Amino acid sequence: MASTDGKRKSWLGPFQGRRLVIGAPYLWLLVFFLLPFLIVLRISFSEMDGAKISDLIGWADQQLTLTLKLQNYVTLFQDDLYFATYGHSLMYAAITTLICLFIGYPFAYFMARARAGLQPLLLMGVMLPFWTSFLLRVYAWKGLLDAQTGWVGQLLTFVHADRLLLPLGLISSAGQFMYSPFSLVLGMVYTYLPFMVLPLYATLSKMDLRLLEAAQDLGATPWQAFWRVTVPLSRSGIVAGAMLVFIPCVGEYVIPELLGGPQTLMIGRVLWDEFFSNNDWPMASSVAVVMVLLIIVPLALLNSSQAKAKAART
Amino acid sequence: MSVPNEAGAFLRIEAVTKDFGDFRAVNEVSLDVARGEIFALLGSSGCGKSTLLRMLAGFELPSSGRVVLDGNDLAGLPPYKRPVNMMFQSYALFPHLTVWDNIAFGLRRDGLPKAEIAARVDEMLRLVQLTTFAKRKPHQLSGGQQQRVALARSLAKRPKLLLLDEPLGALDKKLREATQIELVNIIRQVGVTCVMVTHDQEEAMTMASRIAVMSEGRFLQVGAPADVYETPATRFVADFIGNVNLMDGSVVADEADHVDIQCADVLHRIGHGITGYEGQTVTVAVRPEKIHLSPDEPVEPHNKVRGIVEASAYFGLYTVYHLRLASGALLKVNVENETRHREGLPAQGDAVWARWLPTSQVVLTQ
Repeated sequence: MASTDGKRKSWLGPFQGRRLVIGAPYLWLLVFFLLPFLIVLRISFSEMDGAKISDLIGWADQQLTLTLKLQNYVTLFQDDLYFATYGHSLMYAAITTLICLFIGYPFAYFMARARAGLQPLLLMGVMLPFWTSFLLRVYAWKGLLDAQTGWVGQLLTFVHADRLLLPLGLISSAGQFMYSPFSLVLGMVYTYLPFMVLPLYATLSKMDLRLLEAAQDLGATPWQAFWRVTVPLSRSGIVAGAMLVFIPCVGEYVIPELLGGPQTLMIGRVLWDEFFSNNDWPMASSVAVVMVLLIIVPLALLNSSQAKAKAART
Repeated sequence: MSVPNEAGAFLRIEAVTKDFGDFRAVNEVSLDVARGEIFALLGSSGCGKSTLLRMLAGFELPSSGRVVLDGNDLAGLPPYKRPVNMMFQSYALFPHLTVWDNIAFGLRRDGLPKAEIAARVDEMLRLVQLTTFAKRKPHQLSGGQQQRVALARSLAKRPKLLLLDEPLGALDKKLREATQIELVNIIRQVGVTCVMVTHDQEEAMTMASRIAVMSEGRFLQVGAPADVYETPATRFVADFIGNVNLMDGSVVADEADHVDIQCADVLHRIGHGITGYEGQTVTVAVRPEKIHLSPDEPVEPHNKVRGIVEASAYFGLYTVYHLRLASGALLKVNVENETRHREGLPAQGDAVWARWLPTSQVVLTQ
């Protein structure tokens, strides 16, 4: 009896269940992310052989050859275009992340401090944009930002916003808000703001408000209490929000395509061109691999530093 | 023990009232606390004691009345400008800061020179014997250690007034007893005036030099622990502090040196005069530990009653007996366990006599 019971437990026990629950998404990621990525990695080390992609491993004259073509990567580092594009992508993603943080933090803060009955409603408001198509919402900005016919464009013209934006290089000519760094960043902030607000709200609403009372009791003004207690304690929310905004922004294709201009060539666009205009899949693959590295390496460093900090705490 | 001096009260609470909408949390409370005194606000939850404490800290503002500390009216001073520090219930230690930084937090806000902050923090760590834990984060400490960090943090700025909110509420019973004494020693060593809030009467009695018993936003009685326990002013106070047998009756003989009170089961003789009149209805309170049991009927005609043992509970130090009296009333009696053996002690269903001295009772008129 004991043995059959033990067997049944080992098959259906909570431990197995846990493995399954964790394992299934990992399997999904393995099949649909890691394998395709390895294929992309493989292609990036080959070259176009007519309409075909050359093989890495060859078998001729009883010789097994492994041919790694590094030409794509060399081109990548020699051609200024790619370099500038990566730079642009990282810069616009960083600017978007910072603006989202500055807008999102106060937003999330006051949402977390609002009356308990009001909070679900406010939360709903943040998520409301997800109910309509992302593409439509971004497309709508084209109309809105038109200086002659768009509401926002007319308003910006009326307050002479171009006098500020033009010297900063955010728009290329007065009265033209579209197809500029300005419209690009506006679109990305607009799209990704909820991804900043939600994790921030989650950490801020969990915060123990007595800590702020304790800080004030010890002589901290409300402002000091905010910087010394609230901000450090919401660090995990800030990091999570920044990641959720920054990473997709780096590879963003649709928004630069619809709202960006010649000044805002981003890596997503280059990737598209290499794949579908130039039909140079090996080059496109190497562009993609470098982009993933650009995102993954800092992410991994951050992860390990957080894990270390956590380990030091426990 | 310090005695409050009317003229030189260090902390003076004058007719302080706090309303939350329709609800009056604190109702015209006045109090003087002397310099160096440890004062306890005692009451069950919702009695207004925490609201009063929060008004002293500055987290709530009185609806009317004022608070004067060392000659200065605290009205209009936000928490961060008051020379008052609080040890929070469950401590509210900053989880992202080390023990050292937690204690230094208040000193840094004052902009003290670095060397002085370091000296003061080290002094505080020595005071609470946590010098070796300076680099730890709060969650790496035991409950008792966290409590000491919280104390050190609230003392670091050398406040004029220290507030303790349920200071030992988060500790287990054994640790609480040891910590009570330690906490009082540290507070006395520092010499800070202290107001604490607790629902635990034992905590209030062992730590405080005076107690205010609060109910529904008012002070029912203010006095030294022994006074409040032995001479409760009202039925509520007698019942709230410790265990008590309350018997309603009327005054049948009112002499200068004694009073007789007839209750349902008992003729009480009180060994002193009271301010009352013959025929007045009063309540007589007798604490269980002041009652003795014997198998035989005592000779005196008063201060005795016969009852049947209905239940008993052994507490180690003493045993509590519940006696059912003729009228159906219940009498609680504590009998000290003087010997290890339990032979000869009353058992369930035994008829026994309870008796007490004419100096044991308190006569309550309200």
